[in-house]
Amino acid sequence: MAMTMTQKILAAHAGLDHVEPGQLVEASLDMVLGNDITSPVAINEFEKAGATGVFHKDKIALVLDHFAPNKDIKAAQQCKQTREFADKYNITNFFDVGQMGIEHALLPEKGLVGPGGAIVGADSHTCTYGALGAFSTGVGSTDMAAAMITGKLWFKIPAAIQVVLTGKPKGFVCGKDLVLHLIGMIGVDGALYQSLEFTGEGVGELSMDDRFTVANMAIEAGAKNGIFPVDEKTLAYCQGRYQGEVKIYQADPDAQYARTITIDLGQLKPTVSMPHLPENTRTIDQVGDVKIDQSVIGSCTNGRIRDMRIAAQIMKGKKVAKNVRCIVIPATQEVYLQCIREGLAEIFVESGAVFSTPTCGPCLGGYMGILAQGERAVSTTNRNFVGRMGHVDSEVVLSSPAVAAASAITGYLTDPAQL
Amino acid sequence: MNAKGTVHKYGDDVNTDVIIPARYLNTASHTELASHCMEDIDKDFVKNVKPGDVVVAGKNFGCGSSREHAPIALKASAVSCVIAKTFARIFYRNSINIGFPILECPEAAEEIQPGDSVSVDFDSGLITNETTGKTYQAHPFPDFIKSIIASGGLLESIQR
Repeated sequence: MAMTMTQKILAAHAGLDHVEPGQLVEASLDMVLGNDITSPVAINEFEKAGATGVFHKDKIALVLDHFAPNKDIKAAQQCKQTREFADKYNITNFFDVGQMGIEHALLPEKGLVGPGGAIVGADSHTCTYGALGAFSTGVGSTDMAAAMITGKLWFKIPAAIQVVLTGKPKGFVCGKDLVLHLIGMIGVDGALYQSLEFTGEGVGELSMDDRFTVANMAIEAGAKNGIFPVDEKTLAYCQGRYQGEVKIYQADPDAQYARTITIDLGQLKPTVSMPHLPENTRTIDQVGDVKIDQSVIGSCTNGRIRDMRIAAQIMKGKKVAKNVRCIVIPATQEVYLQCIREGLAEIFVESGAVFSTPTCGPCLGGYMGILAQGERAVSTTNRNFVGRMGHVDSEVVLSSPAVAAASAITGYLTDPAQL
Repeated sequence: MNAKGTVHKYGDDVNTDVIIPARYLNTASHTELASHCMEDIDKDFVKNVKPGDVVVAGKNFGCGSSREHAPIALKASAVSCVIAKTFARIFYRNSINIGFPILECPEAAEEIQPGDSVSVDFDSGLITNETTGKTYQAHPFPDFIKSIIASGGLLESIQR
């Protein structure tokens, strides 16, 4: 029987010729990820199990990115615990302040994840690496502990939704608009327990940074993973980066899908998600006058160089509106340095924005941009749940970097084409 | 194995950010996490919850982040069980992994009301609304999951 791309990768990692939706398999893992929030819980479980070693010191990545540089004493303790664990077990891919970036931008950049791999991370946005043609999914800390010990985890083989992309995006439309549009169509549980498999000629029109953004938010539709086919752009990205062996899997032409959705990229408009669910989408021309207090440009969703360039292009020579705080956070040190070299950092600072060291900080209401009661942010992040960025009575509107940058200039949700 | 308690009821898409807000994720202490459980959706939950109480909710319970802190906070609040129409997949896996029983049962999730007294028999999957007398049948857990829950978690069961 024919298989989807995800099913083929899982079958290969389980040592099986064939798998079917619903089947339980034990798959070997190419990378196991944790951060400063989830690793301490995993380390406690690891120690509770009496483990004396990790399955492979090169196949574990520990990234201190959520509350680092340490936001308070408790966060410092959690980073310290993770640092000591990395030291004790000689973990090769441990990223502390100075090397660290937001995990889901960092791992692809460092070549630790690539086509055909099977990756788990104790962070829900681990699904990002599907952009590279890998099977990649978020798990909890206990699963991370078990995976660090054995290098394996059990999985239920998912059915899939096929998303056929056609056409070419116009104007400021980017990957974020595509994924918000998709979540608006199918809802926050529209792909529950399933894969989102992207295909069609439109895939070639999306940059790798756009694909990372789309795969990143697969979880916001409840998906187990999101995955893109491997093409020249993928291979060019991996060239000189990816440390593993590139393995290209393709869905069988007669693979079965639970559902097929076609999206014409040429018909998309800049799209935002209004409070308090990512599925609550509107196109920018439908939102009316919505005032903002803060604009956040960054995160594992939209903190890559292409995102920074688009924001800078819009903000160049303009000033952030009075009473708006604009916080720009490049996702990694490499992106940060590139922003400096290309003059983007200067554009942000001269416009009145702040330009920060990499951190997940504001996205999850950690620090570096907490909202007060009654405040509203436009943000290139991935969740707009109640209280996500601060006070329980604050609001987050999700958008692309172009919309967030344009809105920072006007103080209202703004179509970048109208600026 | 059984549970019995008073129902706290919520709607659809109850996400991990409201079960335990990220501002409290600077600790892994179970009691500290429990002291902020559900506070952004129900500020009186911590005050009102009693050992054995049951949380009932709509679809996609536990959506959002992978934080195991969410089921930990509920379990450490002495909630005995969550009954929902559906669960987000990472939350489901995490709950089983920490030995916290959760059941999918759309009809029960629809009909059971806040304040009802509910009992659950995990061996049979039978849910009884003691207030109305109505019973509902959820899928019972397979033996390996019963063993994880009885041991108190996945790693505890491996250790055995």
